[in-house]
Amino acid sequence: MLQEVAASTRPLQAAATMGEVVFNRPVNDGYRHLALAVASSALAAQPGQFFQILCPGQGEGKHVLRRPMSVYRINRAGGRVEFLYKIRGAGTAGLARLEPGGTLDIFGPLGRGFRLEPSWRHIVLLARGVGLATLAPLAEAAVAQGTAVSAILSAARPELIMSADYLREVGAEVAIVTDSDGSSAPEHVEHRVRALIRAGGSAMLATCGSNRLLALVQRIAREFGIAAQVALEEHMACGIGMCYCCVRAFRKGDQVEVRRVCHDGPVFDALEVTSC
Amino acid sequence: MLDLSVRVGGLTLANPVMPGSGTFADTMAQVIDFNRLGALVTKTITPDVRHGNPQPRVTEVPGAMLSSIGIPSKGPEHYVDHTVPFFAAYRPPLVASISAGTAEAFGALAARISVPGVAAIEANISCPNLEANGRAFAMFPEDTEAVIRRIKASTPLPVWAKLTPNVGDITVIARAAEAGGADALVVANALLGLAIDVETFRHRLGNIMGGLTGPAVKPVILRMVYQCARAVGLPVIGCGGISDVNDAVEYMLAGATAVQVGTVSFIHPGRMIEIIDALPEFLRRHGLARAADLTGAAREAEVTDPLWAAVG
Repeated sequence: MLQEVAASTRPLQAAATMGEVVFNRPVNDGYRHLALAVASSALAAQPGQFFQILCPGQGEGKHVLRRPMSVYRINRAGGRVEFLYKIRGAGTAGLARLEPGGTLDIFGPLGRGFRLEPSWRHIVLLARGVGLATLAPLAEAAVAQGTAVSAILSAARPELIMSADYLREVGAEVAIVTDSDGSSAPEHVEHRVRALIRAGGSAMLATCGSNRLLALVQRIAREFGIAAQVALEEHMACGIGMCYCCVRAFRKGDQVEVRRVCHDGPVFDALEVTSC
Repeated sequence: MLDLSVRVGGLTLANPVMPGSGTFADTMAQVIDFNRLGALVTKTITPDVRHGNPQPRVTEVPGAMLSSIGIPSKGPEHYVDHTVPFFAAYRPPLVASISAGTAEAFGALAARISVPGVAAIEANISCPNLEANGRAFAMFPEDTEAVIRRIKASTPLPVWAKLTPNVGDITVIARAAEAGGADALVVANALLGLAIDVETFRHRLGNIMGGLTGPAVKPVILRMVYQCARAVGLPVIGCGGISDVNDAVEYMLAGATAVQVGTVSFIHPGRMIEIIDALPEFLRRHGLARAADLTGAAREAEVTDPLWAAVG
């Protein structure tokens, strides 16, 4: 009985390990792409899961919380995990200074990633900004299992679109919408999504990084009666469900539930979420 | 043969290292072996189900973390039905941290969770006393003594009083807890702090004020442990900014019998085990046979200026 209780927690899977920097290069203004050669425990990462990164460059002895970062690419054959990050503060600024050959302390993989059913014929991904980093590995995993993927990438300007090539390379159909030409307007995106669902018989919508896209996903998923998932971001401390820093309110039927983004997510049923 | 065991507040612990309440949970079993720890201290529970404070709940300041979680709690039924059975699979004693708004509610909660599997109660008396205009029990000696006395009358288990550092003279509170019947003191909870974003003019925490924890608070809490250990006859458990084995030893030298490790576990989840692993080597290096020999073993600073005696 007691052993059953103990066994009901997830097995030992997360470990703090050192990754070696393969490259750490700018993608565009503010965003960088980091590839780490890692131990096999880190390669167990699934799309939507994240690592707690111990950002360097803060000076010896300084106390800095780890930064949660969703995995951008899991390259098992190459023994790498990759991240797409934006320089926001002292932590990510330190990360940006890492040179190839340098090492980085990463803890993970953590959290619950995307649900991906083998029976799904087609899925639609809607990403804005760095939300793309979270959805990209889902596209790769979906195509690999025979599920077709359409991705709509949204950004302020065309030069801020990231990873269209990576997504096309893994076999996703990619559409780009921007604020600068007006194509990212909600009604326009909504029209495209409806067309994709009708044409592809889509079983799931996934999004990350925009409240506007989340609202759109919720509306369309309800209308078509299909699954919808969202990856959330929140300030975290521990990343493994102990500190309750990253809790959010969720709607489950008539109930409001409080859940930990790090432990119960970061991927959630988009219909139970109130905002990104 | 080195002896890491310590006697604290009615319990014998296999070693002096345990988690600080609120920085430990069942989920950590993914990362470390709980059987290595001196004790298992769970997150504070309250009589009612609480969701805690609004976001943001955490921010960083130099050398520390500022957080305001607000004691989310699933209540005593969940604790007895789920938390206690979960930790029963592990050998170290389970210490249940509790909090309540009145002395009576504290007593009732202590009685409710005094079930087989719980080895001691840590009374988190740093929370607001609803009968005293919201001031924390542990800010006032009379409230401290009354609430500890009430808890002691409600449970046969050892009671550890967790004090707040947000007081003028913590030794007055320590003595009051001792008078109320506490079996040990935990010194201390978080220092109250504040942080404002100067670009947006917004408070960094949803609850405005938060608790400062991490390396920056260590000298302050270490001083309080030193003062409390000299003021009372009770064992003192040091808790504040411990990041490595040297910090743990420093607390014991200042008078602590055991230590709680907290915020560092958020960054290095394996650190408690690393500290336990490093203790025997530390003892060997200093020719000590028992971890307990460290308690209160600090000596006065060496006089290096012989002439100072003449003027001092």
